[in-house]
Formats: sequence, structure tokens, C-alpha cells
Amino acid sequence: MANYSTNEFRSGLKVMLDGEPCSILDNEFVKPGKGQAFNRVKLRNLNSGRVWERTFKSGESLEGADVMDRTMEYLYTDGEFWYFMEPDTFEQYQADAKAVGDAHLWLKEQERCEVTLYNDSPLSVAPPNFVELEIIETDPGLKGDTAQGGSKPATLSTGAVVKVPLFLSQGEVIRVDTRTGEYQGRASKS
Amino acid sequence: MLRARATLLGRIRHFFAERDVLEVETPLLCSAGVTDPAIEPFVVEQGASLVAARFLQSSPEYAMKRLLAAGSGPIYQLARAFRDGEAGGRHNPEFSLLEWYQPGYDHHRLMGEVAELVQACLGDKPVQHYSYRALFQQELGIDPFVAEPAALEARAREELDVGSVSGDRDLWLDLLMSHLIEPVLVGRGLCFVYDYPATQAALARVDTVDDVLVGHRFELYVDGLELANGYWELTDAQEQRRRFVEDNRRRRQRGMAERPLDEQLLAAMSAGLPACAGVALGVDRLLMLRAGCSDIRQTLAFDWARS
Repeated sequence: MANYSTNEFRSGLKVMLDGEPCSILDNEFVKPGKGQAFNRVKLRNLNSGRVWERTFKSGESLEGADVMDRTMEYLYTDGEFWYFMEPDTFEQYQADAKAVGDAHLWLKEQERCEVTLYNDSPLSVAPPNFVELEIIETDPGLKGDTAQGGSKPATLSTGAVVKVPLFLSQGEVIRVDTRTGEYQGRASKS
Repeated sequence: MLRARATLLGRIRHFFAERDVLEVETPLLCSAGVTDPAIEPFVVEQGASLVAARFLQSSPEYAMKRLLAAGSGPIYQLARAFRDGEAGGRHNPEFSLLEWYQPGYDHHRLMGEVAELVQACLGDKPVQHYSYRALFQQELGIDPFVAEPAALEARAREELDVGSVSGDRDLWLDLLMSHLIEPVLVGRGLCFVYDYPATQAALARVDTVDDVLVGHRFELYVDGLELANGYWELTDAQEQRRRFVEDNRRRRQRGMAERPLDEQLLAAMSAGLPACAGVALGVDRLLMLRAGCSDIRQTLAFDWARS
């Protein structure tokens, strides 16, 4: 991969640092008037998620990381891996539990997700911002209970547990914000 | 912002007119480069008028010293300066410098005048003075003149991730100053730092003060932003030549191109540069402070990317 010098560091650039793929978040050029120049760089380790700041001598360079974000379709899981497909090339990728992380709570077959590839292998998966999932288990609501406040837990087909209004019952499909895990409303269409 | 700059320039000119300091203009394209290892100039190599490559000035200092040697008296200049590779929130490769020289002043008297100018442009602010040594001792518990480079490095690594950065004592002092001390100066108004290590004051008079070699150089920080750099100027031509040669040696050592010495400056100094103090102040940064901008690009009509 190409090398990047400190003056080429931009937010979003993916580089290798200490053997780990990292994303550059910010790059501050620091130079006293008659002194040597430094770059204070904020980075996110794409493996651990850790965000930190490191100083480089201006002019130092880092190797670019082979990291790419791809939109893929979720296919299925066999419990050990989660399988995704590139819609244009039909190429399939398998992501392990570490790469999928919490996204497994929101993956629905044929839905599009953002898969981050590192050296052509899934590093992390981001589900779509909203997903519609079926309630497979919840306590029955009281008939006519539409306006009352209060909520109950509902288990969705993926295993996610979401707080829903009391009037919802098993079998209903609801819309959830995957970023917060919050109920948004009934599904738009059955 | 265009109006704010125009107003500021007017205010600066008024300040000097009141004090009988003469405005001068000197060339931007110079035959001699600057030997400072930390400064890279832009080089102009194309042009029928060129006998050899010329350099866009990184400051009008050398030309203004030649004027002083010729008997100009107190002078100032509002000039564009150029430094390759310096771009960011507080740097533009092309920037505006205010530089002035007062024959007969030492650096302390000039600091007083700098404070007056800055207050004329920014309003009243508290003013503090710190010697470089006292500042390091106060803020970091280190004596910058006595501590070994390894100790400076260790102190840096205590609070910062500096990865594989390595270098001499000046590199560590620069790093400690810019990363750990400058942020502390935010909110303290005008902070003058004076009497630098001799290795960091190439154009200043050097003296032994409290058993260490100090260069009579000062810097002004306003709310943590480095604004001005001044000296009680070196007037000895032979010593100046020796320092330029030493600069080139350091360049060579770091694998950098050496720069031709400014023989015209050295000749003028041999003929006699009057004792004087001089200072260079970043006009764009002064405008940032006046207008409350966080990024230098907000003060420029067209920044580097858009020019």
C-alpha cells in the first residue's frame, strides 16, 4: 500500500500504526516559529475502537491500511459466522462474532449493511440505521390499551429485546432505531 | 473580515507613524536563502531575469538589517513571508509579517513596545513575563538548561504519546514547549517568554546568565497563541557567519540541502550594524485574536488551497 506523509493526513484516511489498522480523525500542525514541526494526530484503532492522540515529527510517514467500506447484503448466519454478499459482484464474505459485534441484534436477511473490510476480510459491520423486525415473544397487552403510557419488553426475531408500548402483541412487525435500540413505530407495510 | 484586516493594518501604521518609525519595503525574491534548519523556503528557478535560483523570503530580516547598517534609523515593514510545508489551523505557507527594528533598544525595551502595539490592537489585557528557564521549572519542574535530553524525553512520554519521535535536546524542548506549556498559557493574556537557550536563538546576542548560556530572544504568546518572536540582535559579523555555517552543518547532518550564505548581509554587518532589537509578529494571527477566529484560514482572502 502507498505511504502517506504527515502533511497528507486527512480525516478518514486509513493507515497502519504499530501493526494495527487505524483511521485518522484529526491532524494538527504544530510548529514554534523557530523550531521543529510536529503533527498531533488523533486516531481510532479500527480493531479495538480506542481513540487516542499521537505526536509525529512533521514529514514522518505511515503505510496506508487496506481498509474499505462496502455496502453488502446480509445473507444468513450459521451461529459461528455471519455471511454477507456484495450485490454487484455476488462475492461472499464471512464475518466472525468479533467483527459483527452488537450488529447481530439487528441483522435481517437481504437488508443492506456497511461492512468494513481490512485486507479483504470483514473487520466490522454496521447495520442500517433502522430495521423492521417481528416480535416473537411478549406479554399480551390489554385489549383497548392504546393511549396509556407504560411499556413492556419484547423479544424480536434476532434475539434483541426492545421496550414497546403495551398494545403491541406477538407477531407484529415493528421499526427500531439500531443506533439506540429504541422502538420507533409499527412497520410501514405488512 | 476584509474590513477587519484593513482596519488592523491602518491601526498598525498609525502606531508607527506616531512613534516616527519609518515604513520600508524590501525585496521578496532574494538571492540568498535562510540557513535555519527548521525553515524551508520556496525556490524560484524559472525566469529570464534569473542568473541563479532565488528564494521567496521567509522574513524581511536580512534586507532590513542591511538598511539599518546603512543608517536607516528605526524601521518597520508589513510584508508577505513564505514557508514551504507549513500549513494548518495556525499556519498558511504564505502569510503576513510585521517586522520592526529599534536601534538602541534591548529586548526588554522592545517587549514593552510590542505590548503597547498589541494592546492598541486588542484592547487591554494582562501582561506577564517569564524567563524560559523559570517557565519550564514552574510548569514542568524541569530545568531546560541543565536537564539531559533523556530526562526531557522521559518527561514528554509521561504525558504524551510521542511514538518513535527522537532527536536532540532542542527537539524535546520544542515538543515540551508546544505540547505541554503553550496550552497552559491560554487565558493568561499577553505572555512574554525571554532568555532562550543559546541553541534556539541563532540571531540573538548571547550572554552567560546564572551560569548558563542564554540567547537574548523573546516570544510573545497571547492566550496561548504564538504571536511574535524578537531578539536583541547579534551585530558581530564573524559570529553571525559562524552560526550560519553551523546551521548548514546541521542541515547536512539531517540530509537537507545546504543554503548559500547571505554575503550581502554579512558585509553590511561588517560595515557596522547599530546595536538594536528587532521583532517579527504574525499579522494574520493578530487578526485571528482581534476577530476571535479559531483558524487562520478565516482571516485570509484566499487561503493556500484557494489561491
